[in-house]
Amino acid sequence: MASEFTMRVWRGDLSGGEFKDYRVEAQEGMVVLDVIHTIQATQAPDLAVRWNCKAGKCGSCSAEINGKPRLLCMTRMNLFEPGETITISPIKTFPLLRDLVTDVSFNYEKAKKIPALKLKAKEADGTRRMYQDDVDRVQEFHKCIECFLCQDVCHVIRDHEDNKPEFAGPRSFVRLASLEMHPLDEEDRREFLKGDAGLGYCNITKCCTEVCPEGIHITDNAIIPLKERVVDAYYDPVVWLMNKLTGK
Amino acid sequence: MSDQAVAVNRGGPTDKTLRIDAWWVEPAVTVGMLSTFLIYTTWAALVNEHYYVAPYLSPFYSPCLSTSCAHVTLGLFDWPLSPAILILWAPAGFRLTCYYYRKAYYRSFWMSPPACAVRDGHAQYSGETRFPLLMQNLHRYFFYAATLVVLFLWWDALLAFRFPTTDGGSEFGLGLGTLVLIANAAFLSLYSFSCHSCRHLCGGGLDVLSQSPLRLKLWRQVSRLNENHMLFAWISLVGVMLTDVYVRFISMGYISDVRFF
Ligand code: SF4
Ligand code: SF4
Ligand code: FES
Ligand code: FES
Repeated sequence: MASEFTMRVWRGDLSGGEFKDYRVEAQEGMVVLDVIHTIQATQAPDLAVRWNCKAGKCGSCSAEINGKPRLLCMTRMNLFEPGETITISPIKTFPLLRDLVTDVSFNYEKAKKIPALKLKAKEADGTRRMYQDDVDRVQEFHKCIECFLCQDVCHVIRDHEDNKPEFAGPRSFVRLASLEMHPLDEEDRREFLKGDAGLGYCNITKCCTEVCPEGIHITDNAIIPLKERVVDAYYDPVVWLMNKLTGK
Repeated sequence: MSDQAVAVNRGGPTDKTLRIDAWWVEPAVTVGMLSTFLIYTTWAALVNEHYYVAPYLSPFYSPCLSTSCAHVTLGLFDWPLSPAILILWAPAGFRLTCYYYRKAYYRSFWMSPPACAVRDGHAQYSGETRFPLLMQNLHRYFFYAATLVVLFLWWDALLAFRFPTTDGGSEFGLGLGTLVLIANAAFLSLYSFSCHSCRHLCGGGLDVLSQSPLRLKLWRQVSRLNENHMLFAWISLVGVMLTDVYVRFISMGYISDVRFF
């Protein structure tokens, strides 16, 4: 059964823009991305939208739907009442290229700075072993599809452009957690976390977790455990004293 | 409200938010609940009366460390003010620096941000990088102190089985208040042991958990509890307040305790 909707889509670029309304019929089973494609096919062939997989796996189609950061391809039209006006805007934190497409290179620049995996020495028999118990925890972080919705929603940079140089953002913390908790890694990233990555800017208000389409517990399983590790290194007076006494 | 977000032109809409759902309900309810608790607790801690009715001691006054207490747990010295002040800093600091409550009050009281994808209420933001918020990093010390207090609450729950008799002695019994004190200690224990710092100390700080089977087991248990930390935070908050109300009302003669045997 088809239902009609008004799609209020942002059109424009850095020099300016506005919302434009398109009346579209959505067929049963359609997702928002399908409706955007219908608009492209029938009313606005120049509407820019980034997408690849239409399966929630490539992380390209991030946008804000009625003000909430979401994947266009994973938001079903039956979430909305027929006749409703649905607002589609580009993700807010990054500079707009055109319409729904933003320049997300900030995130790649941040990724380049993360200290890479540094493997421990091999065991006596020339191998390295990992146990499932140790791998379980980091596996969650590998589900990340780099949609950058968490980066988009994070108020530290969304609402404070001036924090961008100092703050790596939740996506980076997920990556950092996967490396820092890796059973075969011997790099210590705590100084980086406290300094260049700006972990202290996060006030654990959990919006990143709320929007993550992969359901990664970004705050509870990555950010807070990393904060606790930074406390070990810098803010725990007893550990500090012990290290002083033992000359560590 | 600041417009710093649009100071740098990123293109796109500049509205404070485009959300159309009732995003303000959650922060409003949080402000209401936390304010009620704060006002009641401050009053109850300062009045310095009606906190003990044998054999029940209000959790706000436990452990009672002053020799002038209506029920002395450990008489260390004579303290002229309310003995609650001597100990309440521990649970108060524990909750104030708790990772969950931080989320709750940063969002609701400080509006930083009030809800996801709703503009931050402040022009400048440095998060927890500077004093005083840098002190949030001491959370684990409040965990130690508050856990000690919880142990005393279990002791109080045990003492709540020992009822005074008319001849000045005591007898074993069970009242509704006993159950209230046990439930209170249990909820507070769930809250304490689901703490993120506890999770880290139990094993979260290790990279190779498989080498420390005991800590792996502990970490798994605490992780399971930790998933419900927010729930325990609220249940134990309401619970401890109601426990005080229960003891207070009996002591003031508004209600009488139900004695099962
Ligand atoms: S929890 Fe931290 S990283 Fe995640 S959105 Fe909030 S401030 Fe940003
Ligand atoms: S952590 Fe989640 S929200 Fe962030 S980029 Fe990865 S998949 Fe997207
Ligand atoms: S198109 Fe790949 S995640 Fe939406
Ligand atoms: S008590 Fe909430 S995180 Fe420690």
